[in-house]
Amino acid sequence: MALDKEYFDYPHRSHGMDHDRYDWQLLAEQKPVSWPNNKKVALWVNVPLQFFPLDQKGVPFKVPGGMTMPYPDLRHYSLRDYGNRVGIYRFLKAFDKYGIKPTFAINTELAKRTPYLLDTIKERGDEIMCHGLHMDALHYGGQDIVEESNLVKSSIEQLRILTDQDIKGWISPARNESENTPELLAQNGIEYFCDWVNDDMPYQFKTQKGNLWAMPLSNELEDKFVLMNNLHSEDSYVEQIKDACDFLIKEAKGLQNNRGKGGRILALNIHPWMLGQPHRIAKLEQILEYVMSQNVWTASASDILSSFKAQQ
Amino acid sequence: MKSDPGFYDYWPYQNRPKIRWPEGKKMAFWVAPNIEFYELNPPTNPHRAAWPQPYPATPGYSIRDYGNRVGHIRQMELLEKYGIRGSISLSTALCDHHPEIIEMCKERDWEFFSHGIYNTRYTYGMSEQQERDMIKDSMESIYKHTGQKCAGYLAPALSHSEQTLDLFAEVGTELFGNEGGIYTCDLFHDDQPTPIHTRSGKKFVSIPYSLEMNDTIAFVVNKVEPRRYGQMLKDNFDRLYQEADESGTIMCIPTHNYQVSCPHRMKAYEEALEYITSHDDIWITTGREIANHFIDNHYDDALADIKSKGGK
Repeated sequence: MALDKEYFDYPHRSHGMDHDRYDWQLLAEQKPVSWPNNKKVALWVNVPLQFFPLDQKGVPFKVPGGMTMPYPDLRHYSLRDYGNRVGIYRFLKAFDKYGIKPTFAINTELAKRTPYLLDTIKERGDEIMCHGLHMDALHYGGQDIVEESNLVKSSIEQLRILTDQDIKGWISPARNESENTPELLAQNGIEYFCDWVNDDMPYQFKTQKGNLWAMPLSNELEDKFVLMNNLHSEDSYVEQIKDACDFLIKEAKGLQNNRGKGGRILALNIHPWMLGQPHRIAKLEQILEYVMSQNVWTASASDILSSFKAQQ
Repeated sequence: MKSDPGFYDYWPYQNRPKIRWPEGKKMAFWVAPNIEFYELNPPTNPHRAAWPQPYPATPGYSIRDYGNRVGHIRQMELLEKYGIRGSISLSTALCDHHPEIIEMCKERDWEFFSHGIYNTRYTYGMSEQQERDMIKDSMESIYKHTGQKCAGYLAPALSHSEQTLDLFAEVGTELFGNEGGIYTCDLFHDDQPTPIHTRSGKKFVSIPYSLEMNDTIAFVVNKVEPRRYGQMLKDNFDRLYQEADESGTIMCIPTHNYQVSCPHRMKAYEEALEYITSHDDIWITTGREIANHFIDNHYDDALADIKSKGGK
């Protein structure tokens, strides 16, 4: 018994990362940034608006949150649809009550299917980013590049037409990528994407078609992750967001030795089909009330990135 | 395959010879931050896949990178605040990739022990010579970059062979005489140090490294809420502290910077550390110091007691 000799080759064992996508750096050693009005934390409320097709193909995997039962899985189809019919309008009320400036990440297919919802968001003037075509149109390692190229291009181009917005942001469905996704995004005029969760602040991500910005949209603090994956209680979810907010404000003021000082980002990725339920919406309101009473700046993803970039 | 690994004999947790730690302290407390490097595109091991998705596995890779970019300094400063020197379970390739982290730990007189070269290179399927070479490489890396003679081992990703402990003990002696390769964190059978049978017959001990208190086991496997994790740490401490009146106990908190250092988990962790370190009679120490003290003062008594109770 033995493994192939190649198993003991370490071709990337040298300073920095084991790939050339971004530079190695420590967040605590980065230049401190300040947010407008000297706020310590930028609050980025990100709302995915998703379409989960009933005839899910599941290539190369079943998207988390998608269909799990034999066709027709009406329970999951309709429960996800609930978010776009009911939950989102509870969200909008809550955002307005607490003065939140949200960002919406929409599946292009949903934008086509629900013009009323799209018009509502357009009229509000909030930022819209592209969340791929739909939740069963995954980007994945080994995917045919022509197929993916068409998928990226049509998702973004159609969304630009539907929204009259110059779509700059991207989240892949399931936050999964192929080895080519970053290049394809850069080629199609995307400026920032939110799939990589390795930082709490933006950083430059290299592609052969020009750099992207990686925006730090925490997965660990996402409603779906905490409530559906971890099965934590709603009250614990509220507590976790409050603890995170308190910690980030403290860190923004500087760790010991004054290291790590500088504005931070509290990124809340929240799904209308999850937090928009009647028994959960009050929990979102509690969070927004608490966070907005702290030293925070509520802003869109693009506004946060612009402010960050201007200080580099 | 064996039905029993044969590392230790049955040794009941009552009427054991009394352990006392240096300066008459009754309880030893150590924190073991795992500082790991996961590869984005490791070679394939026929027995275990490194990632659930085909390359690039963005979700799993990027959160682990978060631990090094963002989390490490957070936890390091927290441990420093409470007078705790970390005992690092180290993916030793990190000495090459991120020497900045190694330097910060050296400055603080932290201990480094081997956790293999990469946490994406599993022991499964290795020949004895291949595993010996991998272990030797990891121990030599620690010596080369830190000047420390590696005393402890936690197999990479807890992937073992039947010979893992024998090989680690032997390579330790080969490189560093009695100072190298003296303890393992791979076994979870006891709350006190245990003499371990190895082929070479050297004095070699298992040091309690609690899987139950391990943040990744708590948060990822058992999906524990952050505040509850803090309470579990306090409860674990309380009972071990109480039992230490009879004979010295050990509490270990194994951590990962991509788990416990997330903003929503720091508060509960800090409260637990504050609580634990506020007690008298505890020896805040490292894995190596516990192993040395036990081997020098209690090892022979332990062996005699095990024998008197039916062990070999």
